[in-house]
Amino acid sequence: MHIDINKPILEKNDKLAAELRERFAENHVYVVDLLASPGSGKTSTILATIDALRDEFNIAVIEGDIASSVDAEKIKAQGIPAVQINTGGACHLESAMLKRAIDVLDLERLDLIIVENVGNLVCPTDFDLGENAKVMILSVPEGDDKPLKYPGIFQVSNAVILNKVDTLPVFDFDRDAFYASVRELNPQAPIFPIAATKGEGVEEWASWLADRIREA
Amino acid sequence: MHEMGIISGVLDAVNASAADAGANRVLTVNLRVGVMTEAIEDALMFAFEAMSERTLCEGAELVIEWVEPESLCLECGHAFGHDRFHRTCPACGSYETTLTAGRELEIASIEVDLPDDEE
Repeated sequence: MHIDINKPILEKNDKLAAELRERFAENHVYVVDLLASPGSGKTSTILATIDALRDEFNIAVIEGDIASSVDAEKIKAQGIPAVQINTGGACHLESAMLKRAIDVLDLERLDLIIVENVGNLVCPTDFDLGENAKVMILSVPEGDDKPLKYPGIFQVSNAVILNKVDTLPVFDFDRDAFYASVRELNPQAPIFPIAATKGEGVEEWASWLADRIREA
Repeated sequence: MHEMGIISGVLDAVNASAADAGANRVLTVNLRVGVMTEAIEDALMFAFEAMSERTLCEGAELVIEWVEPESLCLECGHAFGHDRFHRTCPACGSYETTLTAGRELEIASIEVDLPDDEE
């Protein structure tokens, strides 16, 4: 017997993500899902973003890692609430994991939640978390050919941060080729070149984000 | 290997539908997957085989229909097919395009064996 199903495979995840999105909207919280490879400078970028925005907004961070709470400790040391999610081996966050972290935060008093997804350019691409924007970070040492190798993540991201631009002189990174391939994959995503640990370029990225937080 | 997560969603839905229909077992599972997703056919097949053991889907065939990407130009209204890498409008060159197909992750249909089926 033939049975038509016509249902999204990740229906459970998508439904929960939709519920979360509604909760974020009710509380006027803007949620960013940050995607990148391990070592691209996600935590440094978060710290620089906090520095730039903490005077105007109440911020919290959710750290997704396979194990450990190293990153959450770094954020907490800045006086910012941080919740660690250990996926226990899973290569990406799902909305059920995010919900458990959201439940311990005081959404009413928050303006911005930065979710640091598991370091991975592939798997997090396919999972909606209820976020307002997915933002990806690529660092210069990873190479300008990454959009050609991992098109999915560049395509779903609402903005692309190019980190560690202070190392451009020592790496063979073709900036024009990188910009051209991102533009072809995701014509509307702005690209923000930054050096997170030096504070370079962070202002432009932070002001793009601030405009969106104010509208949330 | 997020294919495990994807297949776990497939098995939850398919096993439930098959049980509702009173099926003995599932013969075929038909999925529709967009080329723009990060799902890989081999990994989906492997996860399905491993995870369907001791469920109604054990031994079933997984069939994947790959959906090619399509976009719509928001400036000139041109609808066009493209590969995974190029999304600017071929008609007017605009960057203002929106993806209309290619990110599907859907269960299309299943074939099941009912107790009174002769085949």
